[in-house]
Amino acid sequence: MGERLLTIKDLSTHFFTHAGVVKAVNGVSFTLDRGETIGIVGESGSGKTVAAMSLMRLIPDPPGKVVEGSLMLGDRDLRTISDDEMRGVRGNDIAMIFQDPMTSLNPVMKVGKQIAEAITLHQDKGKREAWQMAAKLLARVGIPDADKRVDQYPFEFSGGMRQRAMIAMAISCNPDVLIADEPTTALDVTIQAQIIDVVREMQAQFDSGVILITHDLGVIAEISDKVMVMYGGRTVEYGPVDEIFYNAHHPYTWGLLASLPRLDESEKTRLTPILGQPPNLITLPAGCPFTARCPYRREECRDKWPAHEAVGPDHGVHCWIPVEERVAIRAGLPHFKEPAA
Amino acid sequence: MSLLEVRDLKKHFPIRTGVFKRTTGHVYAVDGVSFNVEKGETMGLVGESGGGKSTVGRTVLRLTEATGGEVTFEGIDVMKASRSDMNTLRKDMQIVFQDPYASLNPRMRIRDIVGEALKIHGIGTEAERKKRVADLLETVGLNSEHAERYPHEFSGGQRQRIGIARALSLNPKLIVLDEPVSALDVSIRAQVLNLLEDLQDEFGLTYLFVSHDLSVVKHISDRVAVMYLGKIVEISDSAVLYTMPQHPYTEALLSAVPIPDPHTERARRRIVLEGDVPSPANPPSGCVFHPRCPRAQEICTTAMPRLTVMGDAGERHEVACYFPARFGDGKRVVSDKPYTDALPEPKA
Amino acid sequence: MPDWDQQPPEEREVYGSAWVTEADGVDGRRTAEVVDEVIEEQTKPLGLWADTWRRLKRNHLALVGLGIIIVFISVGTVETVFYQMHWHVRASAQAEAADAPGYLAPYDPNETNYDLSPSGLGSPPSWSHPFGTDYLGRDVFSRTLVATRVAMLVGIIAVAIALTLGLLLGPVSGYYGGAVDSVIMRAADIFFAFPYILFVLLIMSVLGQGFQNVFIAIGVLGWATFARVVRGQILSVKSMEFVEAARAQGAGDLRIIFRHVLPNSMAPVYVAVAMAIGGAIATEAALSYLGIGIQPPNSSWGLMISDSVDYLAAGNWWWLLFPSLALVTTVFGFISFGNGLRDATDPKLKE
Repeated sequence: MGERLLTIKDLSTHFFTHAGVVKAVNGVSFTLDRGETIGIVGESGSGKTVAAMSLMRLIPDPPGKVVEGSLMLGDRDLRTISDDEMRGVRGNDIAMIFQDPMTSLNPVMKVGKQIAEAITLHQDKGKREAWQMAAKLLARVGIPDADKRVDQYPFEFSGGMRQRAMIAMAISCNPDVLIADEPTTALDVTIQAQIIDVVREMQAQFDSGVILITHDLGVIAEISDKVMVMYGGRTVEYGPVDEIFYNAHHPYTWGLLASLPRLDESEKTRLTPILGQPPNLITLPAGCPFTARCPYRREECRDKWPAHEAVGPDHGVHCWIPVEERVAIRAGLPHFKEPAA
Repeated sequence: MSLLEVRDLKKHFPIRTGVFKRTTGHVYAVDGVSFNVEKGETMGLVGESGGGKSTVGRTVLRLTEATGGEVTFEGIDVMKASRSDMNTLRKDMQIVFQDPYASLNPRMRIRDIVGEALKIHGIGTEAERKKRVADLLETVGLNSEHAERYPHEFSGGQRQRIGIARALSLNPKLIVLDEPVSALDVSIRAQVLNLLEDLQDEFGLTYLFVSHDLSVVKHISDRVAVMYLGKIVEISDSAVLYTMPQHPYTEALLSAVPIPDPHTERARRRIVLEGDVPSPANPPSGCVFHPRCPRAQEICTTAMPRLTVMGDAGERHEVACYFPARFGDGKRVVSDKPYTDALPEPKA
Repeated sequence: MPDWDQQPPEEREVYGSAWVTEADGVDGRRTAEVVDEVIEEQTKPLGLWADTWRRLKRNHLALVGLGIIIVFISVGTVETVFYQMHWHVRASAQAEAADAPGYLAPYDPNETNYDLSPSGLGSPPSWSHPFGTDYLGRDVFSRTLVATRVAMLVGIIAVAIALTLGLLLGPVSGYYGGAVDSVIMRAADIFFAFPYILFVLLIMSVLGQGFQNVFIAIGVLGWATFARVVRGQILSVKSMEFVEAARAQGAGDLRIIFRHVLPNSMAPVYVAVAMAIGGAIATEAALSYLGIGIQPPNSSWGLMISDSVDYLAAGNWWWLLFPSLALVTTVFGFISFGNGLRDATDPKLKE
């Protein structure tokens, strides 16, 4: 892998509300290299989106606050640089694509104009040149008749095309880091396939690092190099994509994989759900947030957060179950898959 | 006789514009859909947005009035049922909605939500109804003490269970499940799918399962109908459809779903369809799929092919295509010559 | 060439962009939404009323408004309850002797010559008459207090009439739609299009002057506002899934309207009620000022203001100031409470 782009260490973001402190992110660490795609997977309330927003310094204060951690972009500390500098970072160095392209585009401004503005804001380009670049970018992300499309308004675009336009805007300044927050969730499956292809192509072309936030393990399997599994604001497991899918060590990761109905299964089998309800982030236990739903929990789980344990190359887990026992449990799981030869 | 028979169902929503609300066009949400659902089976309706699958579910229950066609439930013509007949039919046909937040009245207690139908149809005394609600809540995996609470006190998965309890309250024979797990988290989704399967076994329910998620539909359905722009393009036993898809749209759909298995994912080749789903207000002439179809030829622009059985991929496998994939000797073959049997019959 | 080429750069706003340029741009809004979702999901709203109250508590202006309303209604209620009793007691000799009116006002509001200044213009505020006296020597403070009764009755009765009409016509219009809807809404449009005071004048001239007729005129004219609010709400609520669910259960129209649609349509109606009460009080004052509203010897703020303006040039400011203050404060109270209530019931509107 290439040069290190991002180093996140012990990131904690809390929201201070009338009902108590919502501990959305608690001590999350990860790194991102050039050319690498890291998938952050988790359910609602897992803190995956808030973690990304903290990185962009987009958490509104009040009620939110990054209470701890260091966020390093190269050798720049994203927590201490000025707001002006941060504005330069957003877009130039880190760009973000959102789930809903509908609310992220200005409805009363031509698509081309929106992209061109983004370009002139960060680059020393003339308006005419920026406009031509916008058309080229739209063509590049696969919008047919891009020359005509630049002159249209967002409502004339379909959902898939809007998401393409957002990607065009995001890559216009060749950012080092691209954060995609559920970029395909609102789209139909055949359109999703198109968008995933675009993201992949763009990454290959610009050699940027991609942070892909999603709840869809299929999308993760398709384009991630590394995976971070989050639950209740914590990273429970972290590792290369194959390790997470074939050599998972955390009960929550097992649970996620077992609860999926799969297209590639020939037999109709019963799903193994994770019992219980998602956690409340105000009343989280001091220890592992998954304790209440974990079938293998033990005494220490609730009150103490387990230390990081390396279980393979670049593969770590936070779990109190001793490693031998984990492997034994996993071997007995009906749904656990060994990699196809 | 099938439990539910749908013949040539049509639902066209008028588009009204201008000061005088003149009808200037139609959205062809459902345009000539036919299928049967047998007692005790699960029929899956799958497709992308604009396909009309949810509208089929609602039209069958007459939550929205059909433009044309016939729906027969246990031999009774649903479309022509009188008000009082409809009231009886409602006891047998129920629905569970997608959004667990919007589908429960926020100002009613759970006991009133689940017990409302009993009250409407005058079933049982107050005490009996209370007992029934408690039983229903236990049946769907909730605590009977939850009856006194309001919907906002529950999580999404629990609310969906409440919606299911409500649908069960009248002992229906058929339940339309309209994207019942799409709004739920992965781990909760599995809980609800298992619950639906258990209830089906316990009460002999028949499901019409509407979803855009092919994996979920595959998991729960016995038969699956694939819809595109208001029409069924392929319908088959679930196992057959997923292993031997004949229609190019079904193939593309199946291929587009990312599989949570990195090795499989790296090994397989995907068919990525060009372009977007056209607007149902302005469907393409001929076969509705032809503008995006990798196999389209001249004949495809002439008329929408009808659903025909070819026999080589299952006896109950119908497909509407001039260039279907054939599985004659266990090998997949796509012929260059159009399958002219699919041409619509000339109108008498 | 694209049109923005001609535009001067300072007019170009940075709005949406794929990355976030400004925290208050579109992406900022998106972030706020995400944060709202996180907080909403995690703090589990306490229930609709508790949640509304929690948000209302943070709005100081609305709380001031609520305080004003409470004082106003208390005074108005006391005055109303003791009103009849007062005249009865007054008439008796013992009360005269005891000099103890049975209500809040320290003096009889209609008793003249309490403190008639030699100029014949009444006396300015003093310890014994904090708001001064008018040209007949009547105590302005007592009159202002007593007028609260009229203001409150107008607010409650007129709005009750308007609300009843609105709650009958609005649901019919919104739920059934079609021709019925068109007729009702066009009628509402006409009511809106016509100058309001002129319309009241018209009705008053038909009904004739009188205490009750003021209420009726204001009430009848108010229906259109409520009908519109209710209709709009019903249109949005009736397409919600829980209404469809009720229909699937076999619920009839009446049950759907009264059990499902209306209860979920009321929040904006409460807001409209608060606003309308303020409006009705102001209208009554305007009518009385014009001489077609409340008639003497009844006391009303509008009437007092009307009486006083002729003497303003002579310098008796207190006679105008205090009833005006009472009027403005009360109307302000209802409007700011209504505003606060709206923000509290629809938090998304505010941010």
